Amino acid sequence: MPLLELKDVRTEIRLKRSTVHALDGVSLTVEAGQTLGVVGESGCGKTMTAMSIMQLLPNGGSVTGGEILLDGRNLLELSEAEMAKVRGNDIGMIFQDPMTSLNPTMTIGRQISESVRIHRHAGKTEAHERAVEVLSLVGMPSPERRALDYPHQLSGGMRQRAMIAMALANEPKLLIADEPTTALDVTVQKQILELIDGLKERLGMAVILVTHDLGVIAGSADKIAVMYAGRVVENTNTEALYVNPRHPYTEALFDSLPERGAEADTKLYSIPGLPPDLTNPPTGCRFAARCRYARDTCREQDPQLDGETSEHRYACFFPVGAVEKSAKEIPVTLSEATSSEELPQTSIGAPLLTVQNLVKEYPITAGSILRRKVGAVSAVSDVSFTIYEGETLGLVGESGCGKTTIGKLIVGLEDATSGQIDYADTDLAKDKGARDRYRKQIQLMFQDSYAAMNPRMRVRSVLREPLDIQHVGDKASRDKRINELFDQVGLPRTALERYPHEFSGGQRQRVGLARALTLAPKLIVADEPVSALDVSIQSQVLNLMKELQAEFNLSYLFISHDLSVVRYLSDRIGVMYLGKLVEIGPAESVYANPVHHYTKGLLDTIPVADPAVERAKEDKGIEGELPSAIDPPSGCRFRTRCPAAQSLCAEQEPPLVPFGTNGHLAACHFPLRTAEGAPAPAVTLPNPTIPPATVPAEDTKADADAGA
Amino acid sequence: MTATLEDDVLPPEPTAVELGLDSAEKPRSMFRRGWEVFAENRLALVSLIFLVVFCLFCYLGPVFYHGDAFVSNLDAVDLPPGAGHPLGTDPNGEDVLAQFMHGGQISVNVGVLSGLISAVIGTLYGAVAGYLGGWVDALMMRAMDAMLSIPLIFLLIYLGMVYGHSTTLMVLVIGFTGWFSITRLIRGEAMSIKVRDYVAAARMMGGRGPRVIWKHILPNSIGTTVVNTTFSIAGAIFYLSTLSFIGLGLQAPNVDLGAILNTGTEYVDQGYWWLIYPAAVAIILVILAFNVIGDALRDAFETRLQKR
Repeated sequence: MPLLELKDVRTEIRLKRSTVHALDGVSLTVEAGQTLGVVGESGCGKTMTAMSIMQLLPNGGSVTGGEILLDGRNLLELSEAEMAKVRGNDIGMIFQDPMTSLNPTMTIGRQISESVRIHRHAGKTEAHERAVEVLSLVGMPSPERRALDYPHQLSGGMRQRAMIAMALANEPKLLIADEPTTALDVTVQKQILELIDGLKERLGMAVILVTHDLGVIAGSADKIAVMYAGRVVENTNTEALYVNPRHPYTEALFDSLPERGAEADTKLYSIPGLPPDLTNPPTGCRFAARCRYARDTCREQDPQLDGETSEHRYACFFPVGAVEKSAKEIPVTLSEATSSEELPQTSIGAPLLTVQNLVKEYPITAGSILRRKVGAVSAVSDVSFTIYEGETLGLVGESGCGKTTIGKLIVGLEDATSGQIDYADTDLAKDKGARDRYRKQIQLMFQDSYAAMNPRMRVRSVLREPLDIQHVGDKASRDKRINELFDQVGLPRTALERYPHEFSGGQRQRVGLARALTLAPKLIVADEPVSALDVSIQSQVLNLMKELQAEFNLSYLFISHDLSVVRYLSDRIGVMYLGKLVEIGPAESVYANPVHHYTKGLLDTIPVADPAVERAKEDKGIEGELPSAIDPPSGCRFRTRCPAAQSLCAEQEPPLVPFGTNGHLAACHFPLRTAEGAPAPAVTLPNPTIPPATVPAEDTKADADAGA
Repeated sequence: MTATLEDDVLPPEPTAVELGLDSAEKPRSMFRRGWEVFAENRLALVSLIFLVVFCLFCYLGPVFYHGDAFVSNLDAVDLPPGAGHPLGTDPNGEDVLAQFMHGGQISVNVGVLSGLISAVIGTLYGAVAGYLGGWVDALMMRAMDAMLSIPLIFLLIYLGMVYGHSTTLMVLVIGFTGWFSITRLIRGEAMSIKVRDYVAAARMMGGRGPRVIWKHILPNSIGTTVVNTTFSIAGAIFYLSTLSFIGLGLQAPNVDLGAILNTGTEYVDQGYWWLIYPAAVAIILVILAFNVIGDALRDAFETRLQKR
C-alpha cells in the first residue's frame, strides 16, 4: 500500500465573484522511501496539491472531492484537531523562503523544540536535546550553539537547514518540500538537495519535492508528476520522463531550457501564451491553446490520464515520443524539436565601456549621532573589464559577490569609492555632469519588473516617463515611440492602458525591456531579468533580448546567478567571487575549460535536466558558504573554500593573468590549466600534505553575526 | 492554428486575446475598483448618504425654510417645538432649526477647509522630509516637534484677543495645528517608497526630487492621504465644537453646532431638550460618519481587497 494516495482530489477557492478550480481531479501515489517530484509552471496547482494534503488552504479554499489517504486514513475526514496532530507529526513541510517561515523573535532551538513538545508531550530539556539532535542531523555546524541563535543570525542555507530540522523533529513519514531551494544560491542549493536526499534514505521517509526546475528534480526524484492547469498531465518514473516525454507540455518544458539553445546555438523554444484561467477552465485538453500539435479533437474532447503501461501515464491524444523506448537504446535529441531558427548574431565592435580598478565599499557606522566609521563592507574590490559594442557580457556569481553593485555603479545609482568607468572618453565615476549627459545611453533592466513600475501608473505613462524626463520630442512623437516600442516587444497596443499588475510576469518583463529601450540606449545593464520567471516564459524574454540586440546593435551587461541562462545569452562571461573578478573570457572557453576552481565548482553545481548526468556527479561542487565581505580572507578570497588552496594563497593575491590568446583571464595561483606562455608555477598540483584552509564552523557563525 | 508535426516552426506571436490582454473589458481605474470595495461596506454607504443628506439639509434648507436665525423675537423665547418653529426657539427667541442649519454649514465649512489645509501641509511636508532624509529630515521633524509643543488653547486665546474669533481664524488655526500626525504617516510612506525599484528607475532616467515626489511618492501614498484627510476633517469638526463649547470658538451670531450646544447646556435644568439634542446628535453623527468613511476608504485603497 502506498504511503500517500491522492484519489481524484478537487480543490476550489472561492473568490468574491468567482471560483478558482485550483485542482481538478489530481491522483498521485507516493511510496515510503520515495521522492515524488511535482513540476509545472507557476499557477499549475503544484503548491495547491501540497496545501490540500496539509489542509492549509488559503481563505475560501476547500477540498470539494476525492480522497487523500495517508497510510489508509482519509485526511479529509479528520477533524481540525486530529489534522493538527497529523501536521508536523506525520507530515513535515518546508517552504520556499526560510526567513518568512521562521519566527524572528524565537531562537531556532525553541522553535524546533516547540513542535516536539506539542506532538510528543516532551519536557523542556528533553525537547531541547531533541532540537540539538535534529540540528546536527541536518548538518548544522556546532548545533548546541546554533540552537540558541535567532533566525536573522543565520545565513540563507543555514536557515533552510533549520527549517528542515523543524520539519523532521518528529520523524514524519512524509516530507513536503515546496520549492525548498528557489531562494538559495546554486552552491547552497546543491548542498540542501543532497541533504534532503540523504535524510530520506536514513529516515526511510517519503518526500514530495515541488519545484519549477527540471534540473533540480532530475537528480533527486524517483517519480515525477508534471502538472498543468490543476491536473496531472504526465506521471512516470524519472528516467522515462527525461528520456521519453510523451506529453507535449513536458516536451515543451524541456525545449525551453536555456542549455538546449546554448548547445545548438539556435533560438529557444518558448511556450506561447499563458496557462488558462482556472475560474473558467477551457473544455477539451487544457493545453490545446498552447500546444504546437493541437488538432480539433484536442479542443473538443478531454484526454484522460492513461498510457500503454501503468508506469507511464499521460493525458494526450497525440503523444510525442515513442511508444516503446528503453533507456538503453535512445540517442534522443530533444533539440530536434526546438526551433531550427538560428540566433541572430550581432557584430562585435569597438570598446564601449571600460571599467578600471573599480572599488565600492559601504561604510559600517556605529553610534546614532556621530556615526563613527567602524569598518567597511567590501562589495566590489578592484574590478576591471571592458564591454564592446554589440556584445553581451555575462556576470555570474553567488549572491553577495558584488555583481549587482557593479550594475548599479555603471548606471549611476551608486557612487564608486574609487576607480574609473570610462565611457565615450569621460570617466562616469567622477564626472557627474557626464553621467547625466550619457544617462540616455546606459539603461537598467530590473529583476523584479513589478517592483520597478509604479503601480499607480498605466503602462503608457510608465513608458512615457523616460521621454518626459529627458524632454524627447513632442507629445505626438512620444506616443508614436511608445506604440513602436510595444510592437517591438510583441505586446498588443490595446494593453497600453493597463496597469502593471494586470500583466503576467513575462509580459511585464517585456514592458520592462521596452522601457529600457525607450531612450534608444547603447548599453543595457540587465540585473537578473529572468530569474523570477518560469522556464517557458524565460525563454521568450531571452529570445526577445537577443533579437533586439541584433536589431539595434545593443550591448548587454547581463547579471545573473543562473549559469545556463548566462551561457545562452553571453558572448563573454565574467565570474565574480566576493567582490573580485576571478575569471573572464569567451563564454565557450569559460564553460569548456574553466581555469579558476570557483568557476569549475559553479559549473558543477548547476543542476542538469538529465537524471543520468545528475546522478553520476561525483563532485561535491563548492562546499561551505560565502565568507563575510566585511573582513574578507587575505590573499585569494576564495581560498577558504578552495580544494587547491595552499599557504601561498593566504599570503598573496593572485593577479588576473591571460590563459591562451582568446582573451581568457583568470586569477589563481594554482589554476586548473597552465597559462600558455607564462612560466608554470612551481607547484601545479595541490599538495595533499597541506590541508586546505576550510572555513571552520566558528568563522561562518561570526560572519553571520556580522552580516546581521 | 492547425500546426501539424511537420511544420516545426515557432507558433505565430500570440494575439492579445490569447495573452489575456484583450480589451473586451475596459481596464477599470484604481478609483473604480476602490469604489467597488467601498460600496461593499454598507455602513460606509449609509454614512456617505447621511453626510450628503446632512449637507443638502444645511446648505439648501435655508432656501426653503425661512426661519430667523439671527433675529431676536422676545415674544417667543424658549418655545418648545411646535407650529412655526419645528425645533422651537432659544432664550433669545431665535429659531433653533434655522440656527441649526446655519451652524451645520459653519461646522462643515470649517471642518473641511481646515482638514484640507492639514492634509496638504502634512502630506507635502512629510513627503519632502521622508524623501530627502538625512539631516534635512532630522531638522524638519525637530521643527515640527517644536510647533507641536505650543498649546493650542493658549494660541487661540492670544489670537482671538488680537484678531477676534472669526471663522477664518478658526480655519487657519485648526488647519495649521492639525497636520502633525499626517506628516508622520506620509514621511514613513515616503521613506519606504523611495527605496523601491520604480523610484530607482525614475532616478536612473534622470528624474529629480520634485518629479519623484510628485509622480511616485504622492500617488502611492494617496491611500494614507485620503484616509487621514477624512479623519482630520472629523477631528477639525470635533475640535471646533469643543472650542465653541468652552467659549473659545466662534461667537454669536456666527455660531456652529458646538456653540448651539453651549447655549443649550446653560438651560439644561429647565428641560429645554430641543436646544441640546439636535446639535449634539448632529455632531456625533457627522463625526462618526467621517470616521466610518475613513475606515472604508482605507479598505478601498488596500489593493489586496480589490477584486481581481
